[in-house]
Amino acid sequence: MITNYIYLAVVFPLIGFLINGLLGSKIKNEKIIGWIGSGVVGIAFLISLLSFLEISGLPESERNVIVPLFKWIAVEGLDISFSYLVDPLSLVMALVVTGVGFLIHIYSIGYMHGDKGFWRFFAYLNLFIFMMMNLILADSFVLMFLGWEGVGLCSYLLIGFWYDRKFENSTTADAAKKAFIVNRIGDFGFLLGMFLIYKTFGSLNFDDVFSMATKIPVAEVTITMITLFLFIGATGKSAQIPLYVWLPDAMAGPTPVSALIHAATMVTAGVYMVSRCSVLFVQSEITMTVIAVIGALTAIFAASMGLVQNDIKKVLAYSTISQLGYMFLASGVGAFTAAIFHLMTHAFFKALLFLGAGSVIHAMHEEQNIKNMGGLKNHLPITYKTFLIASLAIAGIPPLSGFFSKDEILWETFATGHTLLYLIGLITALMTAFYVFRLFNLTFEGNPRYPSHIHPHESPKVMTIPLIILAVLSAIGGFVGIPAVFVGESGNLFANWLKPVYEPAETYLLHVNLYSHFTEIILMLLSVAVAVIGILLARHFYLQNIKPIEWFINRFKKFYTLLFNKYYVDEIYDFLIVTPLVKVSEKFLWKINDTMIIDGFINGTAEMIDETAKLIRKIQTGIAQFYALIMIFGITLIIFLLLL
Amino acid sequence: MIPLSYYLILSAAFFSIGIIGVLTRRNAIIIFMCIELMLNAVNLTFVAFASFFGDSSGQIFVFFVMAVAAAEAAVGLAIIIALFRNKLTINVDEVNILKW
Repeated sequence: MITNYIYLAVVFPLIGFLINGLLGSKIKNEKIIGWIGSGVVGIAFLISLLSFLEISGLPESERNVIVPLFKWIAVEGLDISFSYLVDPLSLVMALVVTGVGFLIHIYSIGYMHGDKGFWRFFAYLNLFIFMMMNLILADSFVLMFLGWEGVGLCSYLLIGFWYDRKFENSTTADAAKKAFIVNRIGDFGFLLGMFLIYKTFGSLNFDDVFSMATKIPVAEVTITMITLFLFIGATGKSAQIPLYVWLPDAMAGPTPVSALIHAATMVTAGVYMVSRCSVLFVQSEITMTVIAVIGALTAIFAASMGLVQNDIKKVLAYSTISQLGYMFLASGVGAFTAAIFHLMTHAFFKALLFLGAGSVIHAMHEEQNIKNMGGLKNHLPITYKTFLIASLAIAGIPPLSGFFSKDEILWETFATGHTLLYLIGLITALMTAFYVFRLFNLTFEGNPRYPSHIHPHESPKVMTIPLIILAVLSAIGGFVGIPAVFVGESGNLFANWLKPVYEPAETYLLHVNLYSHFTEIILMLLSVAVAVIGILLARHFYLQNIKPIEWFINRFKKFYTLLFNKYYVDEIYDFLIVTPLVKVSEKFLWKINDTMIIDGFINGTAEMIDETAKLIRKIQTGIAQFYALIMIFGITLIIFLLLL
Repeated sequence: MIPLSYYLILSAAFFSIGIIGVLTRRNAIIIFMCIELMLNAVNLTFVAFASFFGDSSGQIFVFFVMAVAAAEAAVGLAIIIALFRNKLTINVDEVNILKW
């Protein structure tokens, strides 16, 4: 069975990391480094694909293979093996990560051409794929946590990749630090969740925990705490309120990194984790509601900020946060399949949008402000076309992939009775269509606004071919999950594929079919209409008549400033958390605790010894006869004592 | 026959003179001679006890002490000569270079 060799899909990226990381600076040849880096991920993709084909040939009940590798931690009461879990869910993730990852690796060969850190870049990317595969294929919380932390590390390394460059008002290193620290807060929640799971179930193995969770009764409070802690971890990694603030800053990294880590794969780890632990999450109604509400709020909140951003990558960053919000909304209403479906289609079109943006930035010589672009469609025909497909897909125009997944989320939200959340989702869909076509029109359509000395040029083939492949995937990727209303229950391949994974969770979810097929089709038309309206509005305002927008900006200056400054969330966090922390650290922890108490204690000990030594040293006169005298006194004393 | 205590008092007197010499004098050669004096005071005790108890092992011990004393004299005088060549003095107060 090839599935038993799934670990090769993890080992190969590690080999790539070791080769590029250890020998990269010696190899120097960009072609060799680039193709080693891409090749190992390509091999990982092939192995995942073969496993997928093999598993899909098995009957449904056997599609759950555990590949044990070695014993990892074995102590009294805790037995953790290093083994990989291959099931429909992890295979979908593995295919997305290695597939999209492979394309982005190839794209990077072109994008990073000439960079002095070329080998370092590929080493980090390979390390990231290695860690991400561990996260995905983990069969225990501990191994998942290893990957979880590992991808966080790679994210940090890659955001700060151009560590000597300025980013906004600070440096890329600051952005990297921010991402890392905010992630640590989330990871702390994940860790607490893990501890609580171990305390409750006595194991950290997925199989044990999940089967026990369905069999033994666990207090509602405990399961709510566990799932909420895990969800805090997910908000950190997947950039949800309140821990989303790092993702916009993560755009300081090279664009392929934004595409791979901060759009397609790593940030979806939280969604994956919630899906993986679905059987725990569904047992707590409170957590499910929290997830759905946070997801919906994040979706609309981030989308509203995306409306006014002028940095091409920032718009996409907020868009990513917003789309991740959709995924959590879906998870929160129990539509895990829809969440993973959207995760997959989002990986396609968002990676494509980012890579397209990278191509634009490349062509414009590092210009990222869309106000200084315009009319690029004649210069970048391939980027233009692929970007258009991705934009249509994210806006939710049928039959592109984004339509199916987003509509499934909206429908499930509505069908489970969350009307308010549905409305939020629908408004977000309108905003999504609007901001993405605002970006699109300002970049590609209209008249050029860039200085005439810039001559935009299409990117080389090594960059455009991944764009084309991703465009094809964005276009047709949705057909694996055609809604049951059109093709019947058996026609939705994606839902059927993931069904065995969610079977334990499904028993906890009440599925009352409140609404008819007719309603579903009406809602579908509604969301398409909303998307079309959004696109037309953006087209009208940004190509034909900008006046209403200007009027709006002047009329609601305060609101616009609020949006433009991202609701001042960064400033609020700065004021409430960062500044007090820094102050306390500097004034108390450093100046008083560290310098005075700890250093004082250590130095005091040393000084005390020094002073004592100065006193005792006087005995050492250096006169041998004095020593002899002491000896004689001593001996005399001993003799006297013996005689007594 | 002279009583044993006479021998012991004489040797104790020699030994004390030797100690005082070692402790008070600063000339390395005199210190050295005083050490020899102490050794011979001990030898005298050995011989006195040997004759008193009629046991010859004390007398044999004296030969050992004399052999060691001879070796010590050779080494010690060599050190003193080396010292004099380097420092042009054999005053022990002026060779306290081990003192920090």
